Parts: sequence; structure tokens; C-alpha cells
Amino acid sequence: MTNSSSSKMHSQDRPEISGSTTKSQRTKMGKPEDGEKKLKDIEISVPIVYGNVAFWLGKKASEYQSHKWTVYVRGATNEDLGVVIKRAVFQLHSSFNSPTRIVETPPFELSEAGWGEFEIAITLFFHSDVCDKPLNLYHHLKLYPEDESTTMSTKKPVVVEFYDEIAFPEPSESFLARVQNHPAVTFPRLPGGFTLPPPLPVEDANRRKRGDTKDNPLTQWFMNFSEADELLQLAAARQQVQAHIAKLRRQISLIDAQRQPLKSCSDQLNLL
Amino acid sequence: MDAKDILGLPKTPLPITQEKKSRPQKDSQRKPDGISREVYALTGGLAPLMPSIDVSQLKRRPASDEKITWQWLPFTNSARKDNLQLYHWVRVVNGVPPTGDYSFAKYNKLVDVIKYTDEEYEKYLTDPMWTKEETDQLFDLCERFDLRFIVIADRFPSSRTVEELKERYYSVSRAILIARAPSPGDVASHPLVKEPYNLSQERERKRALSMVLSQTKQQERKDAEVLAEAKRIQETRMAARGAEEPELPVTSNAVTESADKAVVPGDTVSPSSNAQLPVTAVAPSALAVADNASTLASLRMLWVYLRTYALEQMVQAASSSVGLRTIKRVEQTLQDLGVNLKPKVPTKTVCAEHLELRKEILTLLNLQKQLQYKEAEGSSFREGSFVEMPGSPKDRTFVPDSFGFGGERVGKRDQKRKGPGRQLEGPSPAHKRPRKMKAPDL
Repeated sequence: MTNSSSSKMHSQDRPEISGSTTKSQRTKMGKPEDGEKKLKDIEISVPIVYGNVAFWLGKKASEYQSHKWTVYVRGATNEDLGVVIKRAVFQLHSSFNSPTRIVETPPFELSEAGWGEFEIAITLFFHSDVCDKPLNLYHHLKLYPEDESTTMSTKKPVVVEFYDEIAFPEPSESFLARVQNHPAVTFPRLPGGFTLPPPLPVEDANRRKRGDTKDNPLTQWFMNFSEADELLQLAAARQQVQAHIAKLRRQISLIDAQRQPLKSCSDQLNLL
Repeated sequence: MDAKDILGLPKTPLPITQEKKSRPQKDSQRKPDGISREVYALTGGLAPLMPSIDVSQLKRRPASDEKITWQWLPFTNSARKDNLQLYHWVRVVNGVPPTGDYSFAKYNKLVDVIKYTDEEYEKYLTDPMWTKEETDQLFDLCERFDLRFIVIADRFPSSRTVEELKERYYSVSRAILIARAPSPGDVASHPLVKEPYNLSQERERKRALSMVLSQTKQQERKDAEVLAEAKRIQETRMAARGAEEPELPVTSNAVTESADKAVVPGDTVSPSSNAQLPVTAVAPSALAVADNASTLASLRMLWVYLRTYALEQMVQAASSSVGLRTIKRVEQTLQDLGVNLKPKVPTKTVCAEHLELRKEILTLLNLQKQLQYKEAEGSSFREGSFVEMPGSPKDRTFVPDSFGFGGERVGKRDQKRKGPGRQLEGPSPAHKRPRKMKAPDL
């Protein structure tokens, strides 16, 4: 019952690992029951933002190319997603030349020029120790501002972004090891007694820099997603609902209490 | 049409009255080619999608090379056994009368009633209840009247019921069939052999049907009422099955015993729902936990998924047991509370909170419904046992849909009276009693 990623982990680990701690770790993983129990409690989540930025070309706009747009998948805090994602495939409208665009290195973005809005299918392929299955996202490309009265400007783009999180419910050990300190990944709290092998040496700073979107020319347009507001909203709503529930429960029990004496009264009537 | 003008009645838009204006439009719409519009209207007016009349045939003249005459000729009917000869008009083409049997002969369908010989009767068909004479008579009548047993029963010399006649006929036919068959397997698929006539079953069936048919309206209503109660109790029983409940056998007994009394519906439901109240609160949450676990398991199978997708699945799982209307109400409540139907920042915690909120709203709606039922019971229960006094019916609308706290106050006011039966108490007692209102703690 061991999952495929863990078996891959075994094959991957062998060339790299030396060291007694990891060996004992591996034997632990080898036992199906123990290994599964431990892995099940751990979920790695990668917060991402996907969407597009579109600039109107103004005077330079032609009939078939009125906007210049970029569709992308980025880390929610602009961190490098390359640690998790191997490549991203953007499937564009069939009217584009070679509509299947593959992006092999981060930042996972694609720029094009066009005139129409359509749905773009984004398929994310992960590294082999992360997940074998790809994940699909769908984004409707937006070029024109929501509010029709807003005049289009070449300086201010139309930006539409969505926040989401990629969840890996049963991450492999090597995946865990690799990302344990990476800022792009939300690392869960490990259950007690679970230790990971030390992370591989950090790649040189230059390579890493290029993958993240912190210095991206489009960064100034990116939206900020903070869960704090939403949490507050939800907490307030829950409080209201809970209070209402309590009131209703009191009302119901009151009615029931009142009914009891009446019931015995009607019983007497029935006996007559 | 002048009469209509005089009377001031509106003119109906008949094609006849609006001929001049609408004719070109009507023509292009309806295309009654070949026949006048009025005749076409007789067929139903609007053109059918598949034209049932072949309009071109209607105005067709006979082919010019054919010479048609009509002659008064004799004919015979093959369906008759007496060689009766009658006369009728026949369309003769070029001097050749039409050939073939009388066109209506094919409609004379007959039933194959089995004919047995005397030896066969002696061997297979003797029965203590039936004489040979009677059986012969029966079969003769069956043939004459095409197995219409009602008629046969009426004509039968000795009084036998329809079921008895049917049984005799079918059992005899079956016995003959089996006896004549070269092997039992050959006839095994014959409907007579496969499904023998069951006298007692038929009697019961007809009796039950006549009972249902002759039910009075009163009885029907009572039956429906009792069935609804039973269904409700069944549902609460199902919900409470997750947790333990010892009171259930008692309530079901109560229902069956008191099915006839009008007062009882209110009576039996209140103790049962009293008992169920603490239980039903537990049971839905038990069910919800089960749903959650199975959704989580299926998500885990995916190896990778999006948080929004996970939330969608969990929401669906939580709402799987409720109807569409309830789901819409939950969404409306969320909107009223100022919460996004789909969170803008769906992190793990946000999604968890969102899900919990939805579940709490479901609980809230359930409780509101429960409260409504209880209040409804209260008044109907009173109606049954006391003479209804013309009271001023207070506004009973408990506002479940909008998240208004105004509706809640109405409920509170009523609590302070002796009972929830608002329709019962007339205006005078209600006004005399001092009403202590709880200060609203909003």
C-alpha cells in the first residue's frame, strides 16, 4: 500500500543519502503501517496566485493586436515556485500560432498580444519527487476593464488574479526534505519524533533569484492577498450565527417545557 | 362584428376579420397551400411540424388516362360464415373492378379458445366443483364472447363469480396445453403455464381496489395525515440512528394505536420530537463528520489538488442531504452576513472557517424549521381539542429567510403567554394578562 511517490523516493534516496539517521528513517518508512500513518498527517501546501495583466496598446493597437497581456502562475508572496513546479503548459486559443506554450523554467509566465478574451488552461507539472499527476487551472483572460465607463489607458493595466493553494496530502520524504526551509512552501508542523534529513545545499543565489517574481517588471501590479480580513469576516459571521442558534434552542426548549402540562390535560380529556 | 362594436367587446383576432392586413404575414407564416385558410384552420390552425395532411393530394385531379365509374356491385365478407351477399358502391377504374377481400374483414379478430375432446376431459380435466356440462357451457360462452368474462358471468346459467369462471377456464386450458405438449419444456415459456391464475390473490386484489375507490374524502385526508406523521417520525428515527435512542419503540406504538383519533397527531409528535431534540442535534453532526472523513479520503487519493477544489467538495458533501432550496437559503444568509460565497483568499484556515460557517448556518435553518413546526403543532393541537375561539390571529410569520432579528422578537413575545396557541386565545384574555417583555438583548 505504499504510494508510488514513496517508492520513487527510495530509488532517489539511495544515491544521495549516507548517514545513519536517514537509514533508520528509511527503514521506518519501509514498514507500510508506520510510514503511512506518519505521512498521512502531513500536508504541504503551496500558496499560489494565477491570473493575467493586460496593457492596452493605445495608438499602437491594431485590429488583431489591441492588447499586450501576460498570463502567469506565481508564488503568493512572489517566491520561486521552481522548487515545486517543473514546468507549466499554457493552452491558448486555437487562433494563436502553436497554442500549446510550454514554460520550462520559473517564472511561469507567458506574454502575448491579441484582441480577444478566452479561457486559458494552465497545466502544472511537478517534479518527480513531488507528484506524478499534473494539476489543471483555468483562467479566463481579461483584457477589458470590468467597469465599462473606465477609459482604457496604456499606462495602467487590467489585472485579474486569483489566490489558491496547491495541496499535497501525502508528500514524499525527499520532497519534504527538499522544501523544508523554502519560503514558497507552507510547511506543516511535523509530528513529534519525526526528523528529516538535512536539506540539500542551497543552489547559488543567482539561480534562485531568477525564479522568483520579486523583481519582475510586473510586480508593481500584483495584488496582495491577506487572509486576515477574510478570517475576521468569517469569525464575526460565525459569532452571529452561533448566537442566533443559541436563542432558537432556548425558544424550542421553552415551548417543550410548556407543552408538558398541556399534554397531560389533553390525555385526561381523551379518557373521558 | 358590428354587434361586438356595439357591445364594446374586444375584437378577437380571427383571420377572417384581419384578412386584409395580416394575410401576407399569415401566408408567409402558415402556408396553407392548396386549401383555403378557413379549411386549414379546421384542422387545428397552426401548421404542424410534420404536416399530417399531404396538402398536395387534396387538390389532385384523377389521372387523365384513367376512366373512373362508380358501380353498384355485390360483395361477400370472408369474416362471415353465412355467405350473406350485400351490395355497395365500388369505384371501377377502366372497367376493372377492384380485387381483394372486403376491406373490413381483417378486423374480425378471434380468440383461440381451446377445444378438448371427451377423452381428454375424462383424463385430465375432471374437477369436483365442476360438471362436464358446465365446463362445456363455459367454453362455448368463452368462444362466443371472446373471453369477456363479465359478459360470460352474466350469461352463465348457474351463478358463478367471474373469478371462479376465470379459474376454471385457465386451469383447463393450462392442463390441456401441458397434456398435449410433446414435452413439458416446450410449453414452459407459454404465459398460461408460466403464470397460473391465482384465485385468492385476484379476490384480494379486487377487494383492495374497491376499498381504495370507495374511500370517502374524509378518510383520504386522515390517511394522508397519518402517513405524513409516520414519515416524519421515520425520518427522525433515521437521523437519530447514529446516536442511541431508547424512546423510539414507544412512539411508534403510540402512532399505530391512535391512528383514528383526530386529536392525536399533535399529541404523538410532541413527545417523540421532545425525545428526539437532544438526539437530532447530535445526529446531524455525526453524519457531517462521516461525510467530511469520506471527502478527505477521496481528496487524498488525488495526490495533488487545489484548495478551492477541496472546499467545493466539502461544501457539496455537507449539503448532500439537503434540498436545493435550503442550499439557496444558506447562500442568501452568507450574503446577508457579508461573507463571500467563495473565499477571496482561500487558505487552509479560511476554508476551514468557511466550511464551519456553512454548517452552522444549516443548523440554524434546521432549528428555525423545527421551531416553526412546533408552533404550528401547538395551534393545530388546540384546534382539535377545544372549540376554536375567534381570536385575533397574530402575525405568525417567523422570518426564516432574511437574517432579520425582527422576526425573532415576535417569537419571544409569544413565549410569555401561557401557550403558543395564538389562534385560541381571544383578544380579551390576551390583553388582560400583563405581558412582561424581556428586554431585547441585541
